[in-house]
Amino acid sequence: MTAETKANPFAAIFFRDLKLAFRHRSEIANPLLFFLMVATLVPLGVSPESQLLSVLAPGMIWVMALLASLLSTETLFLSDYRDGSLEQLVICPQPLWQVVLAKVCAHWLVTGLPLTLFSPLLGLMLSLPAAGFMPMLASLALGTATLSMIGSVGAALTVAIPRGGLLLSLIVMPLYMPVLIFGASAVQQAVDGFSAVGTLAILGALFAFSCMVTPFATAGALRVSLHG
Amino acid sequence: MASLPQWFHRLGAPKSFYFMTGKWLPWLALSAFVLLSVGTIWGLAFAPQDAKQGNSFRVIYIHVPAAFLALAGYYVMAVAGAIGLIWRMKLSHMVMKSAAPLGAVLTFISLVTGALWGKPTWGTYWVWDARITSMLVLFFLYLGVIALQNAYSNQDAANKASAVLALVGTVNIPIIYKSVDWWYTLHQPATLKLTGGSSMHPDMLQPLLVMIAGFYCFYALALILATRAEIIYRERRTSWVLDLAAGKQGI
Repeated sequence: MTAETKANPFAAIFFRDLKLAFRHRSEIANPLLFFLMVATLVPLGVSPESQLLSVLAPGMIWVMALLASLLSTETLFLSDYRDGSLEQLVICPQPLWQVVLAKVCAHWLVTGLPLTLFSPLLGLMLSLPAAGFMPMLASLALGTATLSMIGSVGAALTVAIPRGGLLLSLIVMPLYMPVLIFGASAVQQAVDGFSAVGTLAILGALFAFSCMVTPFATAGALRVSLHG
Repeated sequence: MASLPQWFHRLGAPKSFYFMTGKWLPWLALSAFVLLSVGTIWGLAFAPQDAKQGNSFRVIYIHVPAAFLALAGYYVMAVAGAIGLIWRMKLSHMVMKSAAPLGAVLTFISLVTGALWGKPTWGTYWVWDARITSMLVLFFLYLGVIALQNAYSNQDAANKASAVLALVGTVNIPIIYKSVDWWYTLHQPATLKLTGGSSMHPDMLQPLLVMIAGFYCFYALALILATRAEIIYRERRTSWVLDLAAGKQGI
């Protein structure tokens, strides 16, 4: 670490994680592929009729985005835990919540943001009505960021458990439900011809609240996982 | 902390907790038994029939107390977890571990009895009503805590990790409840209300209150028994437990 980055742990970790992510580009693509494939399952399993699909689209896209984000949450701390660098991050003198915040931000940029930018394609595949596209982008951007924040607590709690991935989904999914409710209903409202601004504001409030609380909870959980 | 009575401090040590609660058990068991039998017989046999629902409303004598304690039990678990995290008390982690399955069972009972009541009253076992859905989410939260508790091989890590999860869940419960509430009202107006009338007739209410008191006693009894079993298990290598097993000390 240079003297400059030492003073700013957030930037140091943030750029390190981004660099690591771009060296493993296929890992960024995997949740997106999952998102796309599950979207293909819906018409196959339910019905290819565009009228029915357009009714299902707001909720289905949100459920699939939630699952894709859940899949990628496991990777948040896992590789750092395996190579031992997580241990170093925990014992370094900088506050651990800043490290956590930096890691979650970088993680969202390589998982949540691509999902959000990818979602219009799924909207087309599932014949989402045109009015729903902008609210879908906005709600997914805010919502996946909140999901990353909440998911980081679960990821920190399960990182030391062998094959903790399924357990992670079990403990995190109930905590995801409010985000899903507001995210999907924002899109639904826009499709029904109402303004989605109020619901998006609630999503923003959930995001702000999760930013305030989860870095500290995640930092505590990491300490528990690593030192018992 | 000198103002706290000495027995309170003693309660924090697993060994003294074990011996002190041993004396309470018969009284708790007796009051739980009396209250539950009085409440059940009164509620099922003597309380008047509901004008609209007939006899099926009598499910509330199980359903409401179970739902009460399912919610209260979550807070018991979370507060015990918080005490364990903050003051590093061994005992509160044991209480927390015992509270999780108890709460999950109570939540399950309230969901099942609710479904059984829903069939004759609403004509369906399951409705995605706000309160039912948030009880289901509560059930999932309990299961998550139990799963996390069992996943760790290191007892200390299991204690702390599940305490953190329980606390995060506590922050989330009001949000979940509110969001499910809004979600329901957004989609369709409230055509079904969980409570038929706004106020209950005293003849129906009194047995319900007895049942709630009985469930509280029963919960305390079950929690203490489970915690005692947990104490014996975790302290199995200490001399006092070995003495106890050898029959040198009475309960």
